[in-house]
Amino acid sequence: MIDNPVLRIIAKIIIPMILLFALYVQFHGDFGPGGGFQAGVIFAAGFILYGLVFGTEALRSAVPPAALRLLTAFGLLLFAGVGAVTMLAGSDYLAYNALAHDPVAGQHLGILIVEFGVGVTVSAVMITIFLAFAGRNDP
Amino acid sequence: MTIAGLYNYWIVILLMMTGFYVVISSGNLVKKIIGLNVFQASVFILYISVGKMSGGRVPILQEGVSDYSNPLPHVLILTAIVVGVSTTALGLALVVRIREAYDSVEEVEIHQQDESL
Amino acid sequence: MLIESVNIFLLALLAVTAIAAVRLRDLFAVAMMFGIYSLLAAVMFVLLDAVDVAFTEAAVGVGISTVLMLGTIGLVGRYERGSVRSSLLPLTVVVATGATLIYGTLDMPHFGDPTAPVHQHVAPAYITESPQQTGIPNVVTSILASYRGYDTLGELAVIFTAGVGVLALLGLRRRKRPGKEGVGQ
Repeated sequence: MIDNPVLRIIAKIIIPMILLFALYVQFHGDFGPGGGFQAGVIFAAGFILYGLVFGTEALRSAVPPAALRLLTAFGLLLFAGVGAVTMLAGSDYLAYNALAHDPVAGQHLGILIVEFGVGVTVSAVMITIFLAFAGRNDP
Repeated sequence: MTIAGLYNYWIVILLMMTGFYVVISSGNLVKKIIGLNVFQASVFILYISVGKMSGGRVPILQEGVSDYSNPLPHVLILTAIVVGVSTTALGLALVVRIREAYDSVEEVEIHQQDESL
Repeated sequence: MLIESVNIFLLALLAVTAIAAVRLRDLFAVAMMFGIYSLLAAVMFVLLDAVDVAFTEAAVGVGISTVLMLGTIGLVGRYERGSVRSSLLPLTVVVATGATLIYGTLDMPHFGDPTAPVHQHVAPAYITESPQQTGIPNVVTSILASYRGYDTLGELAVIFTAGVGVLALLGLRRRKRPGKEGVGQ
């Protein structure tokens, strides 16, 4: 599909928009529909579109497999780490009230970080899965 | 009124059974996984149907609205969808490996090869 | 009343798509049917007030699942072989199970009933307490990340494990293929 000019140009225009939209969904999830799961999937969809149009080799150089592996673990560790931090602050596991002086601010911060962790792991896993399948028959 | 009140559940059961039928009757492993996915999506619709309250609104709080649909099933299904696609990918990866080892994704042919060993 | 009629129409379309997916032998067409099925399910979720779920289903079911299935079909072949077995036994099992389940629904609270038990227990507490406790208008987000944080952490661990499983099975590095059966024997 690399030879198709229409696809290439449309993809180049639309991919940044998809990624930006994913970030909006990620950080606006508190107020409207959205959150880490949706944002992660949409973010990955942008990269998958890139891989479909420009080939898996291009995608692999854009997101190196080592970085993917790292990010997959990072998101989960971030989520679990927030729990450890709240425990160190003298509260229960994943009780975000302890993250700030004001319980509501603590909840807000905790939810933001946790959702970010979810988004990172979900998008990294989705891109990994796509690369594993699409890159299987590369010459 | 019974028919109107239970219509959603009945269609969900029809969809569920369609998926189930594909899983037990089809010999093709990819189609079996698609059948499992149809089944799974029908369960999602069941949960969300149960959470709907007539007159309720989308559970994003705003001034002047007191009735909201039940957000709890939404949370369960939201995560289940993403978990579902990950596990589907795992199943499909197994299918790809089976195909590479047996050169077939048809159950019958795989059994034949196993028995002829 | 409009919502009910759209609901009935969408569910009928879902049923048609699912049955079409069963009857087709071309796996490419089956994957496309599944994409349509997911899209209809996403529309259904919007109708049932679950916008977050609809969002996810539209991105996952229509986008990623379909791409994954097409990728697999590209690797394993497009056509399903006709079944040699009789379809009578599966059909009997399915009809019997379906009839039992339908019998089970007769006692269920009707669709949209505000007095149903599901609307009585934890959900009202979440809806009324969430603004004071978390200050977040989207109740789904606050339940997902805060009230049921353990649940979400577990789900994320499942996604992580599935990703690691796919990596273990397929790997990301390009294979050096010596012959056709490069798979370990």
